[in-house]
Amino acid sequence: MGNIVEIRNVSKRYPRGKQKVEVLHHIDLSIEQGDFLALMGPSGSGKTTLLNLIGGLDTPSEGSIVVDGERIDRLGEGALAKWRANHVGFIFQFYNLLPMLSAQKNVELPLLLTRLSAAQRKRNASIALQLVGLADRASHRPTELSGGQQQRVAIARAIVSDPKLLVCDEPTGDLDRQSAEDVLGLLQTLNRDHGKTIVMVTHDPKAAEYARHTLHLDKGTLVEAATA
Amino acid sequence: MKYLHLVWAALFRRKTRTVFTLLSVLAAFLLFGLLDSVRGAFANAGSSVAGVDRLMTVSKISFTMQLPQSLLPRIQSVPGVKQLAYANWFGGIYQDPKNFFPNIAVSPNYFDVYAEYELPPEQAEAFARTRTGAVVGQQLADRFGWKVGDRIPLEATIFPQKDGSNTWPLDLVGIYRIENVKERGNENQLLFRWDYFDEARQFGNGEIGWYVLRVDDPARSDEVANAIDAISANSDHETKTQSEAAFNASFVSQFADVGLIVGAIMAAVFFTLILLTGNTMAQAVRERVPELAILKTIGFTNRGVLALVLAESVLLIVIGGVLGLALAGLIVGVLQSALGGAMPMEPVGASIWLRGIALMIGIGLVVGALPALRGMRLRIVDALAGR
Amino acid sequence: MLRKLVSALGTFALIVAAMAVLVVLPWWMLLALVVLLAAWMAFTRGGRRAWQVTQVGLSTLPQRLGSSSVVVIGIAGVVGVLVALLAMGEGFQAMLKRTGSDDTAIVMRSGAMAELNSVLGRDDLSLIEQAPGVLRGADGQPIASAELVVVASLPKRSTGLDANVEVRGVGPDTWALRPEVRIIEGRRFTPGLRELIVGKGARGQFAGIDPGTALNLNNQQWTVVGVFDAGDAHDSEIWGDADVVASTYRRGSSRTSVTVKLTGADALDGFKAALAADPRLKVDAKTTRAYYSEQSESLARLIRILGTTIAVIMGIGAMFGALNTMYAAVATRAREIATMRAIGFRGLPVVVSVLLETMLLALAGGLIGAAIAWLIFDNYTVSTLGSNFSQVVFSFRVSPALVGTGLKWALAIGFLGGLFPALRAARLPVTTALREL
Repeated sequence: MGNIVEIRNVSKRYPRGKQKVEVLHHIDLSIEQGDFLALMGPSGSGKTTLLNLIGGLDTPSEGSIVVDGERIDRLGEGALAKWRANHVGFIFQFYNLLPMLSAQKNVELPLLLTRLSAAQRKRNASIALQLVGLADRASHRPTELSGGQQQRVAIARAIVSDPKLLVCDEPTGDLDRQSAEDVLGLLQTLNRDHGKTIVMVTHDPKAAEYARHTLHLDKGTLVEAATA
Repeated sequence: MKYLHLVWAALFRRKTRTVFTLLSVLAAFLLFGLLDSVRGAFANAGSSVAGVDRLMTVSKISFTMQLPQSLLPRIQSVPGVKQLAYANWFGGIYQDPKNFFPNIAVSPNYFDVYAEYELPPEQAEAFARTRTGAVVGQQLADRFGWKVGDRIPLEATIFPQKDGSNTWPLDLVGIYRIENVKERGNENQLLFRWDYFDEARQFGNGEIGWYVLRVDDPARSDEVANAIDAISANSDHETKTQSEAAFNASFVSQFADVGLIVGAIMAAVFFTLILLTGNTMAQAVRERVPELAILKTIGFTNRGVLALVLAESVLLIVIGGVLGLALAGLIVGVLQSALGGAMPMEPVGASIWLRGIALMIGIGLVVGALPALRGMRLRIVDALAGR
Repeated sequence: MLRKLVSALGTFALIVAAMAVLVVLPWWMLLALVVLLAAWMAFTRGGRRAWQVTQVGLSTLPQRLGSSSVVVIGIAGVVGVLVALLAMGEGFQAMLKRTGSDDTAIVMRSGAMAELNSVLGRDDLSLIEQAPGVLRGADGQPIASAELVVVASLPKRSTGLDANVEVRGVGPDTWALRPEVRIIEGRRFTPGLRELIVGKGARGQFAGIDPGTALNLNNQQWTVVGVFDAGDAHDSEIWGDADVVASTYRRGSSRTSVTVKLTGADALDGFKAALAADPRLKVDAKTTRAYYSEQSESLARLIRILGTTIAVIMGIGAMFGALNTMYAAVATRAREIATMRAIGFRGLPVVVSVLLETMLLALAGGLIGAAIAWLIFDNYTVSTLGSNFSQVVFSFRVSPALVGTGLKWALAIGFLGGLFPALRAARLPVTTALREL
């Protein structure tokens, strides 16, 4: 399979006060389609920044990023939003779900941006919820779900538009052991059985074991490490 | 429309806060409905649809001075005058000065000039037959519970009878209705016969309070008015003829600049309302920054988020405003049947609603502008990182 | 269930009591209450704690400036509008109430409610003037002025449109009857000539009546020769010699009213009785003070009702705004409140502090609103249609009593808007609050 993500000579600089701090230095990275990649590194290493760039949440200060054949570093704000809707699914450590919507409605959110009818939206969301094993919790609010269940709903939402790429930032950071295992197992299933490419930032080595490959970032540069 | 669910859910995220804000908006638009109803009543006093072809001729010196009867045939012969009637203000009291309503002594053909006062033919005949007959409007009859056949004594404040007594007994022979809801206020009158009035009164006999006429062609009203006034030019009873609307408007303008007062109060009310709801919206958006960021990650554009917040703000004001205006309409309806003509009020109709809704949308946009911009401009990465 | 009912009833009773206190107590008593509160806060332990909690709250106020301003401005709006409207009513009523005196009486045809509606013939006039109770001058003649009131039409300065102005033809005794009238420009009119003096209020409201101008009344030329200041409702009038006015308006010897000087304030009853006893007369008499006071009643009452209704509706809106703000404030300060309660502060100091903060904000709003109303409207002169169908000129009057009323409203709204959040703050489950944060 080809590379779904091609990153060439990417750097990212932020203004901090009067100075500019370079968080990523000349990164080169290729990610194969169907890979499950874990990004690890100490805090401040720039792993979240890199993840944001891959997911199209931010644009690099220099360099090129090609995802699924598209030069996303060249896209404007509006085009980037549209691109995200069709190509990427996101899972974060916190704030994934809108608290005033039911699980079903949360999962349907990305579908609001499509031309699907209400009935179709409902059906697709149900399928996604079934996949993550929470079909019976469809009408529950996030406050009525455990942390692990909330993350699974977030995963359902992330896959409901059937994107090729899933981007996860510390998805299990706030979960207990058992819930974490459920979530990671689900990600593995999505990767193995449904062909989703997954890039996951984590600081937990046990979580990284679920991935196919692991990369380390330190002070803004990639350090290759052996994987299973 | 599919976003309505999202906007609605966002609005009621904090139920108590939203309900309180809605109640504030409701109060503001309740006031708007009530005050605008009064303002409209004053502004449109007399400019009724029915009166578009009516002119009034009064003494130029002062409308409290009377005019000679000799003008009657001379005005009638002016080209363009279709029908001519006359009347005197009586100003009597029924039982208590607080029960004020206009009572007027009118010529026999008064109802031809005021054709919109619908009187059943048999009652009109009774009025023509009965010297002491009186006709009242439906609203006035309802207010005092009068029925045809009742005896209604009026206490004069201006015109005593020849024998010196102030009591003028009248017999109710007819009740008229006005079709047009906006003009129903004119049902709060009592009309009785001018010949009975003139014969029985102690002084001023033979003289008329004012003439009221219908013209063939409203477009030529000015011409007709000038021709009528020319009759009495340079005499000791100079006249001023103008449309009924102009006459009433100048009367009302002497009372108060109601438009200005109402405008000033509403400005204060809406100013505080904007501040209040602006604060609520700002708070609401501040709390939801991470959620708005999530929406952006899903693929909502910046403009989409802007629209979402604006929609929320507009919806908030519109819901509260519609409830407030509806309540105002109810209250005006109740007050009108309770007070009769004592407080001039216009029913809360199409024009007030249209202006109200335009205001609601406008205020909603103003209130939501800054929070919406904030939502639009938030950077995903900063918002999610908690910065 | 029972506990909830009791606490709800208790809260309700508290609200009723607080409102009653505000409405009923005069200002000096309220101030005394404030002093008592301050003493409680200075000298008792519970009070000192309440003050400490309040201080903490007030210190965080700058951070909550935006939402606190909602309370202040919302209430400022209510109080401003209320004070302005009431000032209108009070100004109108005050002006009419100071018109007339207790020892002059006005006589009109019976049943007439205003001079314009009254007609008195020559015979009536002499009978009235000769009645017992009328003071006689040095020359032995009764001090009485037979007057003729008519309405003329002149353009108003503000609108340019014609409005009615009262023209009063007065008898020679008018100066003795109304000693408060002073000529401030020009001179008095000469009896027998077509000369007019205009009241200072009328001069301000109408165009074309400055001294020296010619005025057309019923097709006859008159000249304005002076301006007078009566300090009351007469300032809205134009005066001339009654006989000359009567001839201009073809009234012959009939007049609209007679104003007489009584021998004393207690002479009214005797005077009235004498007039009633005479079968040739059909007249009513009352003191000039009573006559003018009555005229103001219905309009003043209407304005008061209107003003109060509008303020109530605005007040409800402001109250919900305050509720929102204070609930948010309590939520924002949940951690600090919970900490203080964990330390040992009981419920009462917390309740008092939140209430105090709200009422201080409300008071600030009330002061601002009253100040704005005073700045813009005090002594603002307007005119409206009076009972003789002519313009009555008066000034808005923002009196201290009115400001006091406005402040009471502010405190009431502040209390209502702060009570429930205060109770919520006191009942906050301490452990939950601390854990969440």
